[in-house]
Amino acid sequence: MTPQLEIIITACIVSTACVIPGVFLILRRVALMSDAISHAILMGIVIMFFIVKDLHSPLLMIGAVATGILTVLLTEWIIQSKRLKEDAAIGLVFPVFFSIGVILISRYAGNIHLDQDAVLLGEIAFAPFNRFLFLGRDLGPVAMWSMGAILVMNLGLLLLFYKELKLATFDKALAATVGFSPVLLYYGLMTTVSITAVGAFDAVGSILVVALMITPPSTAYLLTDRLSRMIVLSVLIGIASAVSGYVMASLLDASIAGSIATMTGAAFLIALFFSPKQGLLTTYLRSKHQKTDFASKMLLVQLMVHEDQQEDFETTVTHMVHHMDWSIKFSKKIARYSVEKGYITRNQDQLFLTPLGREVARAAIVH
Amino acid sequence: MDYTIFMVMIGSSLVGCVSGALGSFAVLRKQSLLGDAISHAALPGIALAFLITMAKSPMIFMAGAMIAGWIGTMLVMAIVRHTVIKEDAALGMILSVFFGFGLVLLTLIQRLPTANKSGLTHYLFGSAATLLLEDVKAMCLMGVVTLAGLFLFWKEFKLFTFDKDYATALGFPVKRIELILTLLTVTAIVMGLQTVGVILMSAMIIAPAAAARQWTDRLWLMVVLSAVFGAVSGLSGALLSGFVAQLPTGPTIVLIMSAIVLISLLFAPNRGMIWEWFQRRQETKLLRQKLMEKHKS
Repeated sequence: MTPQLEIIITACIVSTACVIPGVFLILRRVALMSDAISHAILMGIVIMFFIVKDLHSPLLMIGAVATGILTVLLTEWIIQSKRLKEDAAIGLVFPVFFSIGVILISRYAGNIHLDQDAVLLGEIAFAPFNRFLFLGRDLGPVAMWSMGAILVMNLGLLLLFYKELKLATFDKALAATVGFSPVLLYYGLMTTVSITAVGAFDAVGSILVVALMITPPSTAYLLTDRLSRMIVLSVLIGIASAVSGYVMASLLDASIAGSIATMTGAAFLIALFFSPKQGLLTTYLRSKHQKTDFASKMLLVQLMVHEDQQEDFETTVTHMVHHMDWSIKFSKKIARYSVEKGYITRNQDQLFLTPLGREVARAAIVH
Repeated sequence: MDYTIFMVMIGSSLVGCVSGALGSFAVLRKQSLLGDAISHAALPGIALAFLITMAKSPMIFMAGAMIAGWIGTMLVMAIVRHTVIKEDAALGMILSVFFGFGLVLLTLIQRLPTANKSGLTHYLFGSAATLLLEDVKAMCLMGVVTLAGLFLFWKEFKLFTFDKDYATALGFPVKRIELILTLLTVTAIVMGLQTVGVILMSAMIIAPAAAARQWTDRLWLMVVLSAVFGAVSGLSGALLSGFVAQLPTGPTIVLIMSAIVLISLLFAPNRGMIWEWFQRRQETKLLRQKLMEKHKS
């Protein structure tokens, strides 16, 4: 495998692993816990590093995951004490841990390869340098295997607890009644988020973890409201962002993590405007079309009412301007629309209902 | 006194004071985390300002940061208003995507042949030690404008924060009030970026206000207390990091602030946890005494 391909595959694995817990984070409205956790783990990594003195020890991960869970526990404790609201509680705890981590690094870490830049920004371009050797054989980058393992874990947990997660996400009370502990599931989800964030931090940096956990699921949420479809769509959007982000980064010679985050944002922007159900542009066009359609029906009814009368004036475009209080431009547009639809025929200024138009007008009155 | 430490002290206490005062409103309006999004969103603005002007002036950087932070805030509001996506996800998206885009721009700038580009990364983690007179002057100007705005619109902000519907009913231009308050908050955040950095700036907004909230139920007292807490943490953080080697200013300030929050949560009269526990014990004692007396008689 070429290093480029290895980076792309690692990026896709990271994105899929992040997206799965991300879906539940945004549905439970705790998206920002991913931000808090991914920053707070810095302290756990640093403290564990000082204890074991080895940057590649698995104990670093355990320390980091423990810090992640501690962040959640402390935040929940402050919320439950009712002294501060949820947003303030989230925003208070993680800066403390992050600050401790930064101070420890700058005071004691000296020249070793452990700095806040690496944690925060990550550099997936370096992933291929760190090889996974097994029985003397080169099996690819370590990051690919470690994130692969986390992805398998996330997928396994999702399949195992899909029903429980779904119920606890959408109906907490029912879940508790049926006997699933929502608290246990919540902490399970947060532990998964911590493990994923820790695994991804040195590959892609904590900011990309946040971008991948929140943005593709939000994009998918604009496109569907079925949970299963939302998960599949999020995974696809995540992978598309990872690949296009890598391409963008290599074209511009810029940060890969930053480019992938930018691409998730671009995907969201596209969905925000063009989503078939909720897109800003689609809803605007739909409401505009509805307005035209409604006006056209009003015109048809007006024409039908006056069909038997011999006054020509009532059935002219000019009359519409007076009677309906429409502007000339709008009247012409509605007349054109009605002709296109086959509701009326037009002879100079005179309008005549077609049989189809008469039917539509009758239906409009009945409804 | 050392010139650098003096500059850092003035800058940090100024940042603490202004973000503390403005933070009170963010915390009361349950919008604490908007600060996190704004500070991250400012990064591409700073980078773009440099790319366009190729000048390293604090005023230009801050203008870029303000515009980007402002766009980010508007986007969050638009997403929440027009889609099913909730505020937490909207904030998280703006925060991470803007920051990611900022990183892309920063790496592009680093590839430029110009030598004059080192100052930009200071905004990531903050670097109070590099504050110059020019920076402090810019910060002073922004601080004065922000506090003057707060003073000028005090009544409107107060009403808007506690009873938005009533404000609307009274005929106040609620949307405009929200706009001005958000603008002032953006200014306060942008002001502190160079000192404490993008990541920790949200703590500067939240922590002093969260601490002040525990001591009082009156708005003006909360704002004053919050500003004092902020200024004291800024000052002492700057001093500590000035005299202890290898102690970064931003994180030190944040830790001092957080200690104040913890003390407030535990010991503040009426709301403090220890206070409450003590109160409850007294009450139980009193009740027991009364019962005993009744039993005897």
